[in-house]
Amino acid sequence: MLIPCPHCGNRPVEEFTFLGDASVERPQSNDPASMPQWQAYVYERENPRGNFAEYAQHSGGCRAWLVVNRNTDTHQVTGAVLASAFKRKAKS
Amino acid sequence: MTGFRLSSGGLIDRSTTLNFKFDGKSFNGHQGDNLASALIANGVNLMGRSFKYHRPRGVISAGASEPNALVELREGGRKEANTRATMVELYEGLVAKSQNRWPSLNFDIGAVNSLASSIFVAGFYYKTFMWPKSFWEKIYEPLIRKAAGLGTASREADPDLYEKSYAHCDLLVVGSGPAGLMAALTAARSGARVILADEGSRLGGSLLFENEEIAGQSGFEWSQAVIAELASMPNVTLMPRTTIFGWFDGNIFGALERVNDHVAVPAPFEPRQRYWRIQAKRAVLAAGAEERPLVFGGNDVPGVMVASAMRHYANRYAAAAGKSVTIFTNNDSALRTAADLKAHGVHVEAIIDTRKGRKICNVIGKRGVKFVDLENGDIIPCEAVAMSGGWSPIVNLMCQRGAKPIWNESIAAFTPPDVGAEFKAIGSAAGHMLLSECLADGARAGTVKGKTPATPKCRDEAFAITPFWWVKESTGKAFIDYQNDATAKDLPLAAREGYGHVELAKRYTTTGMATDQGKLGNVNAIAILAEASGKTIAEMGTTTFRPFYTPVSFGAFAGPFTGHHFQPVRKTPLHDWATEQGAVFVETGLWMRSSWFPREGEDWLASASREVKATREGVGLCDVSTLGKIDIQGKDAGAFLDRLYCNTFSTLSIGKARYGLMLREDGIVFDDGTTSRLAEDHYLMTTTTANAARVMSHIEFCHQALWPELDVQYVSVTEQWAQMAIAGPKSRATLQKIVDGLTLNDETAPYLAAKDITVLGGITARLFRISFSGEHAYELAVPADYGNAVARAIMQAGHEFGIVPYGVEALSIMRIEKGHVAGGELNGTTTAADLGLGKMMSSKKDYIGRMMATREGLIDPQRQCVVGIKPVDRAMKIRSGGHLLKQGDAPSMAADQGYICSVAFSPMLNMWLGLALLSNGRARHGEIVKVFDGLRGHHYLAEICDPVHFDPENRRLHV
Repeated sequence: MLIPCPHCGNRPVEEFTFLGDASVERPQSNDPASMPQWQAYVYERENPRGNFAEYAQHSGGCRAWLVVNRNTDTHQVTGAVLASAFKRKAKS
Repeated sequence: MTGFRLSSGGLIDRSTTLNFKFDGKSFNGHQGDNLASALIANGVNLMGRSFKYHRPRGVISAGASEPNALVELREGGRKEANTRATMVELYEGLVAKSQNRWPSLNFDIGAVNSLASSIFVAGFYYKTFMWPKSFWEKIYEPLIRKAAGLGTASREADPDLYEKSYAHCDLLVVGSGPAGLMAALTAARSGARVILADEGSRLGGSLLFENEEIAGQSGFEWSQAVIAELASMPNVTLMPRTTIFGWFDGNIFGALERVNDHVAVPAPFEPRQRYWRIQAKRAVLAAGAEERPLVFGGNDVPGVMVASAMRHYANRYAAAAGKSVTIFTNNDSALRTAADLKAHGVHVEAIIDTRKGRKICNVIGKRGVKFVDLENGDIIPCEAVAMSGGWSPIVNLMCQRGAKPIWNESIAAFTPPDVGAEFKAIGSAAGHMLLSECLADGARAGTVKGKTPATPKCRDEAFAITPFWWVKESTGKAFIDYQNDATAKDLPLAAREGYGHVELAKRYTTTGMATDQGKLGNVNAIAILAEASGKTIAEMGTTTFRPFYTPVSFGAFAGPFTGHHFQPVRKTPLHDWATEQGAVFVETGLWMRSSWFPREGEDWLASASREVKATREGVGLCDVSTLGKIDIQGKDAGAFLDRLYCNTFSTLSIGKARYGLMLREDGIVFDDGTTSRLAEDHYLMTTTTANAARVMSHIEFCHQALWPELDVQYVSVTEQWAQMAIAGPKSRATLQKIVDGLTLNDETAPYLAAKDITVLGGITARLFRISFSGEHAYELAVPADYGNAVARAIMQAGHEFGIVPYGVEALSIMRIEKGHVAGGELNGTTTAADLGLGKMMSSKKDYIGRMMATREGLIDPQRQCVVGIKPVDRAMKIRSGGHLLKQGDAPSMAADQGYICSVAFSPMLNMWLGLALLSNGRARHGEIVKVFDGLRGHHYLAEICDPVHFDPENRRLHV
């Protein structure tokens, strides 16, 4: 499997470390009432069949954290963006 | 002795003589032979014994599917068990041994199993060795393994080298027969980067042994011309002796190149085998088709072969299986064998064609064919039998990622599924049985752009088949899986007993479970099982195809990463200094850390105890370079650290260090260390040795994925700095002698100072007044290359104070004496409060782990927290791992109160003591608990106390 690292180009999957679902968003609030959101953020994950955006670090390369789009059914990788760009886009 | 060498023909070099040994006997063959062909030419029929019945077996195929002719190749550390004689190129001095026989291949005592065959039916092992259950591991399994063993592995280390390599191409062609060659040639001529791989010793595939006519020349001549053209092109890589064994995600192919398996000993520095990972834009499967045996009595007698193998040996190796041959077929292709054998002067006794209602019921003969008996009672004397049950496209690679092959009634075979444009089957691997189709397929598949070129004219041999599976009139055993001795009768039995699903039947009968993975027998098994279950073959389907197509040696997987090269070794910048000082090193992760520095006659404990005393009484020097060091800079560095640590760093004064505690997002402690502020926008973080890489990655994640808006940069500088702890009441006096132009005192270097200085006349250095030992202590960091020189200078400076080097053992003793938590306590289950550090958790800011740390379960007062522990009998040695119980309680999970995490012998207090996690421990100082150490059978009473065993007022920090 090849991951298209925005910095390094296509690189083999062994160079990457995966962290899981990138769709979760860290809650902003420290209000005790926000605990259910924190619980969901830390523990609750979908396990979708099909398209999936997941965090991966190019730990054996440029070390950038990426968000990789992968089809969990076919293992086809359709793209990868820097996690920072992904986050900024999610914010805007 | 029925096989012999034909007087002419074959792709062998008769001017050469290669001597080899099989079961201790000497034989010879020619360059171009393989072990199987050379044995046939020498009249050796008997090459192995079967797994269960120990039946005499000869070679049945001419390729990778061979289930019978398995040998132990080579000797000593180079021995390779279960090697197919059909795939071993002959070389001078080759040594091979047959397997699974005792005392000899000719006379094998295990063959009595055959007499008892009525009880050795499918499921025999499951039915017989069920009880008593306790017998299985100790008695049944070892016995079965001994009786039914394959070859044995050598116990010596393999002296040869193995390599790993990567390759990339536009088109990977798997197989070099007519379709593969045509595909490679077409793609190569248009400029594509082509890799052509073939498991055979020589490229050409079926054209090496089939009589074909292409472009007015023989198929062989045409193939050699194409190969020569391909070899001349810079964009083509030819890989003979290379098996593509697996197809993986992203169109990656795994391959094994047998670089030097065709010589006795590889040339110096050359590998025996090379493990390839090939990234292909597109690939074509041109692996051809496998000819199936027919299922009839005695179809395993030595001298019975699949028809294509028999003509393969005759045409390519000039090796005839016998002087007279009977042919048994259900299709047209076996007629080629008849024609070819006749051309070589071998007598063809009869062609028994099931399509004309004719059948061979039994082959009679034990160690060789004597005659065959037919359905009408006729008997035909002959020396060999060629059989053809039809052709199965070699679909394996294409089905390794989950797609199932498709039953094609017209050729009675499973054909490859459509798996997309990246990987296409062509030629007979796609079920196309005519040569012209193979060439056309190849040209089409090799077309990168534009029009597909015309293919050369060729002669087609018609192909037609009427499926026929099993001669039920047979009285002898009719084999499906030769290696595992599964017979035709086993499959209906499996169906009757409720194991009729193809995957269940496989496991129940062991069909397809041998080293050949059912390459020859599986389709026959499926057909017979389908009939017995009242299903069609398409409904029955196949078992699951998985990598590897053929076995791959462990040596190839390991590559060069064995022994000393298994993983890198990290040495600290002070390694040479520590070696000079007589350090004993310990592996921690990849690091080699100086563990203790024994003097004459000291064991580790004596050494570490002396180091502790000398340090606490004078001064000691310890290498702490392995701690992670991360340089963090930027306008928002302070704010960033505030979010990473549970305590606050943005308020830290420039030139000061602070102990920091990092949590995981779930509220559990992640790591700790001191972090210093070197400038307004510049911090230096330290981490534990074990977590250095993890913390670095965590920092990168937090910034890039969570807070990219922060203006901050970070880089690991662990390896750039040598760092040493100088501890003890004489540490200041020692250091004073090497620092440049600075008087060390509580004003210039107060407790927790962090400052840039120079030492020894201008060497850049960072001085931190921090202490893990509890002593007045410093850590001094210098650029890595200066580490050894500075350490030596410190030893010299400290000489008058009795300075000692101390290792991680002494370090650990001192931290336990002081109750400082480390790995044993930061063990992934403890919160800051559990460690007694709850007050560090800020309530004025958000940080990783803040919210989840407030969960009910994490703030429960009954949680286990860090306490000190010492044995009531002060002379007793204690060990970590023991569980704590209330004095009156019997050991049980429910009564468990906690456990001992870390222990040490304290030379200062002259007793063993430790740190433990104890439920509600802070309220229980002074309580006597029972320690239950079930593993070591050691139970005793211990006293719970404050974790700070030594110098509880921390006076020594400021001496």
